[in-house]
Amino acid sequence: MLAVLAALLVALPAFAGNYALSVATLILYFAYTGQAWNVMMGFAGQLSLGHALYVGVGAYAAGALFFHWGIGPWAGLWVAMALCVALGLAIGFLAFRFGISGVYFALLTIAFAEFTRIGFDHLDWTGGPGGMFLRVAQRDAWDLANFRGPPLMYYYAILFLTAAALAVCALLLKSKAGYYWQAIRENEEAAQALGINTFRWKMLAVAISAAMTSISGVFFAFYYNNLFPEQIFHISRSIEIILGPVIGGVGTLFGPVLGAVVLTLLSDGITEALGLLGWEIPGIKQVFYGVVLLIVVMFLPNGIWPAIARRLKL
Amino acid sequence: MGFDLVANVIIAGVLTGLVYGLMALGLSVIFGVVRVVNFAHGEMMTLAMYAATVLFAAFNLDPFLAMIPVAAAFFVLGYALQAGLINPFVTRPEHSQFMLLVAVAIILVNAMLMIFGPDARNVQVDYQLESFEIGRILVDKARLYSALAAIIASFALFVFFRFTLTGKAIRACADNYLGAKVVGLNVKRYYALTFGIGAACVAVAGCAMVLLVDVTPPLGPAYTLLAFVIVIVGGLGSMGGALLGGVLIGVSEALAGLFITPSAKGMFSFGLLILVLLFRPQGLLGRRS
Repeated sequence: MLAVLAALLVALPAFAGNYALSVATLILYFAYTGQAWNVMMGFAGQLSLGHALYVGVGAYAAGALFFHWGIGPWAGLWVAMALCVALGLAIGFLAFRFGISGVYFALLTIAFAEFTRIGFDHLDWTGGPGGMFLRVAQRDAWDLANFRGPPLMYYYAILFLTAAALAVCALLLKSKAGYYWQAIRENEEAAQALGINTFRWKMLAVAISAAMTSISGVFFAFYYNNLFPEQIFHISRSIEIILGPVIGGVGTLFGPVLGAVVLTLLSDGITEALGLLGWEIPGIKQVFYGVVLLIVVMFLPNGIWPAIARRLKL
Repeated sequence: MGFDLVANVIIAGVLTGLVYGLMALGLSVIFGVVRVVNFAHGEMMTLAMYAATVLFAAFNLDPFLAMIPVAAAFFVLGYALQAGLINPFVTRPEHSQFMLLVAVAIILVNAMLMIFGPDARNVQVDYQLESFEIGRILVDKARLYSALAAIIASFALFVFFRFTLTGKAIRACADNYLGAKVVGLNVKRYYALTFGIGAACVAVAGCAMVLLVDVTPPLGPAYTLLAFVIVIVGGLGSMGGALLGGVLIGVSEALAGLFITPSAKGMFSFGLLILVLLFRPQGLLGRRS
């Protein structure tokens, strides 16, 4: 079944128009970023509500290098990853050494993201509140070195990333790290009693999650080509990132992907339906969105994927 | 930068901070008892502010008088919200609770956007333009009255929790869920009561705030974060802490606005939050749990 799905996704551009392709790209973007977040939360049980921080830092790092010195995304990628891993480790160190967990850890991540958002608003080197705009040389030929090309190229790039993320997560889940994380997630004290160095493994989860998310940021920078602190670091972005996994199923392998699909299609579907009905009041779409979110959270507490998996006897 | 200016700014910060403190007090009560991250707190505050503008526009009702019906309405709403929606979630994992309240917050903010539109609304009362002169210090009348309302409401809440039987029962539920159940308290009902009280606090704070600030839908999320900063800084489970935290944040925001650029004042609050979370997570006046 997975092979069929993969084949479908690879062949999608053949029968999808440009709009459908951009929607698919967006779905995969949220699927990938959600999967990255899932490593920290679903696997290791650390609730991060400020993940937009890594997307933003990754995007700005690669973007700034390209903007100021023309350094391509492949080099910028490593700088972005290094920065984000360092940030993640710093936050993790501060939090875990001081014994902060649960809600307080979540608030700490929010605080760091907000602090960075306002900070970048005042950082002129990256354009400040006016934003940073990356030059787009061309959109016709596939220039992988500079990551410039038609929407098709971006689609395949993010498809590849999402598939790679799934593979990496599948491997991680079955590895020693995966089992240690699940032990820590379920009962950290019991895990410690078994001799697991919970600090080290939690830090690893944070580092991997941050690194993966930074790649998402680099993609964002070169796909959208404009970066604004108010948008990219905003808490709404962090919430968007976690919507997919929470709806789809935290801690599962396919949850984030399924969640991203459901949410994006739902969002577009609602917009279409409202347009047809003529109810074009600003805010009404979000109200519907919130109501659906509410219903899913109330009645499918573990997410959609576990419910489906049970039905399909997977 | 004369002494007068700084003193005026500090006084204004203290007074506004007391209103922030009342809002945070509502959150502290909810968070401290029900242990649920009420991510819709700021949205509730914004809704209260809108309610005050509506009552003012319709009946020319002074916001201080509007406090009574709005607080009553919010008590009922809060009670219903907890009893109907949130109570089943008390035992669920944190990210689930969080998403539930985020959903509520999204619905609230956008419903307000739908109904009231994105333009700012406010109330216009005479005493907003007047001020008391104490020596060389100018104290805005509206700000002073709002702060007084906040103090009175906080004091009433303190008396309720200290001296009434229901208040003690609620504190018992907060201290020891299992123990409270063992002695026969209907904890879920007290949770609903607590949320109602927290909502009523927010209602009073909102009616007071609308005299100081114009209300727009995006204020919701901003106030939610602010409320959390104040509660953490001041200390969970401490009413004095919430007020103290509010005053601290109010003054630091005012001073940051004066000495650094106004747009950076949020940075200060979040920086303070990070420091407190790391070095004194129980907050300034909180108890170590």
